[in-house]
Amino acid sequence: MYAWIWRHLPGPLAVRLGELLVLLAAAVALLFFVVFPRVESLLPYSDVTVKQQPAAASPSP
Amino acid sequence: MTVPVSAGNRLRWLLRGLGQLLITAGVVVLLFCVYELKVTNLYTEQQQKTLDTQLAREWATPPLPPVRKPDQVRLAAFDDGAGIARIYLPTLGRDQVHVVVEGVTHEDLKKGPGHYPGTAVPGAVGNMVVSGHRTTYGAPFNRLDELRPGDAVVIETRTFFFTYRVTGTTIVSPDALGETDPVPNHPGQVATQRLLTLTTCNPKYSARTRLVVRALLEVPLAKGKGVVPPALQGR
Repeated sequence: MYAWIWRHLPGPLAVRLGELLVLLAAAVALLFFVVFPRVESLLPYSDVTVKQQPAAASPSP
Repeated sequence: MTVPVSAGNRLRWLLRGLGQLLITAGVVVLLFCVYELKVTNLYTEQQQKTLDTQLAREWATPPLPPVRKPDQVRLAAFDDGAGIARIYLPTLGRDQVHVVVEGVTHEDLKKGPGHYPGTAVPGAVGNMVVSGHRTTYGAPFNRLDELRPGDAVVIETRTFFFTYRVTGTTIVSPDALGETDPVPNHPGQVATQRLLTLTTCNPKYSARTRLVVRALLEVPLAKGKGVVPPALQGR
């Protein structure tokens, strides 16, 4: 997968390295700002309140 | 992509792909830990700064008519997520001050410790309940387990410092809703005491149980120029 991406990046080595960094930054940003906040709200360990527990398997509000 | 020709080549290509996928998955999980333990703190830090500035501005202007009795302290139609008070945990360190927001939804608690809507307001008869994160989002209640009976918890409102003294710590199940009753675990009873209940998740990095710290109002102190409650002196 990574070899395939590397082969398809255009330009000389220095340019490719730059492109790689941009791709990497984009992937991390996507995880931090979109994926993780959504995943996190489905996980229970940040529940700090006492409340009526939701029925099993339904995500906590 | 090289086209696998022989069976051996194909197997090697598959294994390499699988290996890269697993390594990627591992890195993503590590990044998630970094996000939870570091990036969420940055978010809360910034939110707390904004809330604290808002609260200070709100309290400075416009001057309200003097409030005489703590019972008359009103939280004046607060929006969920708005800052309503400051909470000090002086025995845990001088930096242990947070803005309490109204509401306990996921979004509210990302900003700071949250006040259960409908529970008592600061200093009032009844049970004021505040929940906060233990390990993420600034982890305001990270060291709640270190509070001992007699330790001070101070709530600062626009007009008062309310010094509460810890009476005890319990570990309860996540559905122990009775902890938020005006008289804890005695639903329907009329409250006579002025209580403060702090809850957070327990043990750390888990949500199996809840840590509950109960405190009783010791003394309300009207705010004024140079007035600092004894529990916060020397900060």
